[in-house]
Amino acid sequence: MSIWSEWHAYLPDYLDGLTVTLRLTGVSLLVGLPLGVALALALTAPSKAIRRPAVLVVEIGRGAPALVVLYFVYYGLPQLSLTWSSFACATIALGFTTAAYTADIFRAGVNSIPVGHREAAQALGLSHGKELRLIVLPQAIRVVVPPLVGFCILLYQGTSLAYAVSVPELLSRAYSQASITYQFTTTLILAGLVYAALSLAVVALLNVRWPRRTRHLADVTAPAESPTATGR
Amino acid sequence: MGEILGVLADGVAQTVQITLASFVVAAVLGLPLAVLRMSDSWLIRLPAVLVVEILRAVPPIVWLFLVYFSLGSTDRVQLSTFQAAVIGLGLIYAAHLSEAYRAGLDAVPAGQWEAALALALPRLQTYRRVILPQTLIVVVPPMATFAIALLKDSAIASVIGATDITFQAVQLTQQDLNGLGNFAVAGLLYIALGLPFAAVARGADRALSRRLAGG
Repeated sequence: MSIWSEWHAYLPDYLDGLTVTLRLTGVSLLVGLPLGVALALALTAPSKAIRRPAVLVVEIGRGAPALVVLYFVYYGLPQLSLTWSSFACATIALGFTTAAYTADIFRAGVNSIPVGHREAAQALGLSHGKELRLIVLPQAIRVVVPPLVGFCILLYQGTSLAYAVSVPELLSRAYSQASITYQFTTTLILAGLVYAALSLAVVALLNVRWPRRTRHLADVTAPAESPTATGR
Repeated sequence: MGEILGVLADGVAQTVQITLASFVVAAVLGLPLAVLRMSDSWLIRLPAVLVVEILRAVPPIVWLFLVYFSLGSTDRVQLSTFQAAVIGLGLIYAAHLSEAYRAGLDAVPAGQWEAALALALPRLQTYRRVILPQTLIVVVPPMATFAIALLKDSAIASVIGATDITFQAVQLTQQDLNGLGNFAVAGLLYIALGLPFAAVARGADRALSRRLAGG
C-alpha cells in the first residue's frame, strides 16, 4: 500500500494511456459533433418524414447504455464482414452517443431563441443563411457551450468503457498493471486521480468563465427525458 | 428475437435490483450531502463539496473496480458483485442527486425560512414541515431523469461480473456470435425499462409547470 513510492514507476504508462483516452475523446467528438448538428437540424425540420427518423435515432442513442452500444458495434459489425480495430469500434459507438446527446443540446440552443428574433430577421428580408449566421448562431452558441463542455467531460469519462473491448486507454493500463502487481488499490486510485485531475480542472475553468451557467451542468449529466433537463 | 429475449430476461431482475437499490442508497445519502453543502460554515461545506466533486470526476467504471477489487476483496471484507455495484453506483448518484436536492432547496423562497425562524421552529421541524414538502415537487423531475441515467450506468456492473442484462447478452454472444441481434434487443430492453421513469418525469414536470403558471 505504498501509493507514493510507486506512482512514479506507473505514471509514464498511465500518461500513454491518457493520450489514448484523449485521442478517443477527440476523435469521437470529431465524428459525433457534425452528426449531432445534422440530427438537430433534422429534429427541427418541418417535414415529419425527416423528423421522425431523427427522433428515433436520438431516443435510441440516449436510451440505450453506451456500453451496450459499444458491444453492439464491437461484436455485431464482424457479422456484416466489417472487422475494425477496437479503437475504431469505440470511436463509432461513442461518436453515435455523442451525436444523440449533442443533437438535443443543439436543438435546445436553437429553441432558446425567441421566435420574434427570427420573425424580425425575416421581416428585414435577411436570407435564410444570414438569419442563421447573424441572428440564430451568435445567440445559440452562448446557450450551447456550457452543456457541450459538460458533455465533453462526460465523454472523456465515458471513454473508460472502451476498457471492455480492450482499447489500451488509461483504465486498461491501470487494470493490467494491477493484475501484474496485485496492487489494485494503488493502481486504481492513481488512475482515478488522473481522470479526476483533468475533469476537475476543466470544471474549475468553466466556473470562472461561466459563473452562472454552469448550474446547467448538473442537468446535462443525465439524459434529458424531461424539458427541465435540457435547461429549457 | 423471442429466444434472445428469453435469455436476456434472466438478467432483467438483476438490472432492476441494482438500479433500485443504488437509487435508494443515492436518494438517502444525497440529502445530508446537499444540506452539508449548503451550510454557512466553510469547515462543513468544503469537505462536502470535495466529496461531491471527486465522486463525479472519476468514471463510474473506475469506482466499481475500486469498490469491488480493492475495498471488497480484503481478508475482512468480501463483497458480491451486486453489493459492490450498489455501493459504487449509490455513492456516485448520491453526489448527482445532492445537486438536484440543492437546486430544490434553493427554489424555496427565503421568506419561508424566515417565517419558520420567526415561529421558532426547531431546525429539524423547519426542514420536515416547511422546506422539504415544497422541495419535493421541484426535485421529482430531475430525480426521475437521474434514475434513467442510473439504469443505464447499471450496465457497467456487468464488467465486474454482475449477471445483469448486458452480462447475459455478452454470454449469449460468445455462444451464438449474433452480436447485432443480442445487443439490439438488450438496448431496447433498457429503453423499455426506462419508460416508467420517463413518464414520472413528464408527469411531475407538467404538474410543476401547472403549479407555477397557476401561481
